[in-house]
Amino acid sequence: MKAVGFLMLLAGWFLVLAAIVLFAAPPLQATFVLAGIAVETLGLILVFRSHLIPREEKR
Amino acid sequence: MNVGLGRSRSAGHMMMASLSALAVAGLAYFVCGFSWQGFIGSPAHTLSLSGKSWNWIAAEPFFFRKLSFDGSAASLAALFQIFCVGLAALIPLGSGADRWRLRASCLSTGLLAAWTYPLFAHWVWGGGWLAQLGVNYGIGRGFLDVGGASSIQVLGGLTALAVTWILGPRLGKYSADGMAPAIPGHNAVLVLFGCVLALVGWFGLNSAGAILFTGGEPSGSAMIAINTMLAASASALTAAFITKIRFGKPDASLTANGWVGGLVASSASCAFVIPAEAVVIGSIAGAVVIFSVEWFELRMEVDDPGGSISVHAVSGIWGLLALGVFGQFQRPVLNVAGDSLPAAMNGIASGQWLAQLVGVATLVGFVLPMTYGMNLLLNRFYPFRVSVEGERQGMDLHELGAGAYPEFVTHTDEFLPR
Repeated sequence: MKAVGFLMLLAGWFLVLAAIVLFAAPPLQATFVLAGIAVETLGLILVFRSHLIPREEKR
Repeated sequence: MNVGLGRSRSAGHMMMASLSALAVAGLAYFVCGFSWQGFIGSPAHTLSLSGKSWNWIAAEPFFFRKLSFDGSAASLAALFQIFCVGLAALIPLGSGADRWRLRASCLSTGLLAAWTYPLFAHWVWGGGWLAQLGVNYGIGRGFLDVGGASSIQVLGGLTALAVTWILGPRLGKYSADGMAPAIPGHNAVLVLFGCVLALVGWFGLNSAGAILFTGGEPSGSAMIAINTMLAASASALTAAFITKIRFGKPDASLTANGWVGGLVASSASCAFVIPAEAVVIGSIAGAVVIFSVEWFELRMEVDDPGGSISVHAVSGIWGLLALGVFGQFQRPVLNVAGDSLPAAMNGIASGQWLAQLVGVATLVGFVLPMTYGMNLLLNRFYPFRVSVEGERQGMDLHELGAGAYPEFVTHTDEFLPR
């Protein structure tokens, strides 16, 4: 889950870069940048969840 | 501040780690950091994408060899940056307090100062692709950050998050019954005095950043200092008010976190907002810091003794976004070639919010995985965390062989089950 989360962070960032390079129209550019940030948010949620401490390791 | 927010048995170690981090950061930046960061208009490596030139890293020689110390903007920027990189290196120490080995923290600092910081700072302050967004793609005036909210604060805060994940929580922080007892800092006086010192430093940080990287006039420093002061004041009072409402009494350490959070949030936009907007930015930063500290500690089980992640990363991200919302460009702004972009027609640059979003997305989507990966690799070769015995004994005695307060005999561990 941790690796997938980090990959999603990178994927979201690439989506943001692609939006800048591929789209000239500001609304389309903004939409894809926001989509990239949404993917990053999902990745961040996964990374945070993967770092929750298992019950048996709490001391 | 980091010393006061940690335990007394690790106070000397924290001070030593801070001094070592400053030293390592300065030297690493001298060896290769500046060569990869460069300055606006200096030689750089570029990529060509869709017919546009993307400046991704500077190409200065190592050891400041081509830098002439004649009062030029580049030499002043090098002086400014050698302090900035030290400041960024101090941020993760607060998160790793009471359990991060000294040599490991020095190695991690070396990575930050030699690679992570210079790379991102080049993109923002060295004429890199984030700064080029306005010139290349017409997105606002490109990603803007006056005083280092992104390159110093958010970068340091995200490194702190990565280090905290790798280290894990302190012993006794999270118990099997789901409780997360507070482990209070050992010296509130040091923490609050640190806030006062930080204010003075921030005046210089924001003013110098505005002059060097946005082409501001020295006469604009008065407004920058006022905005900095107002943001910190509004943030601290908001934090004190919220903690009074929630806990019955204002909390000193959270109010201190609020104060620094306000300073951090002011860094991005202090040269481009009016004082009333600085108050709004600071107020929101104060609230964001308080709830963020609680969320990280209780919900996400991230043990961050210094509150560095909330204060520097979260508040910094808010400050960067606030520039996109409130920023007014009544004066010309320095562009990536060192020329001045004229003042905006109505003061508002269209698309600035999008440029700021791209910068934040880069920090979270690229810098965080990179710094986590580098520190994880380093941890494989040189484990970050001190032994269980060392943590119980305290970092001072275990790593330095002497306590910070030798005349006091304490060290019963009140946070561990007996």
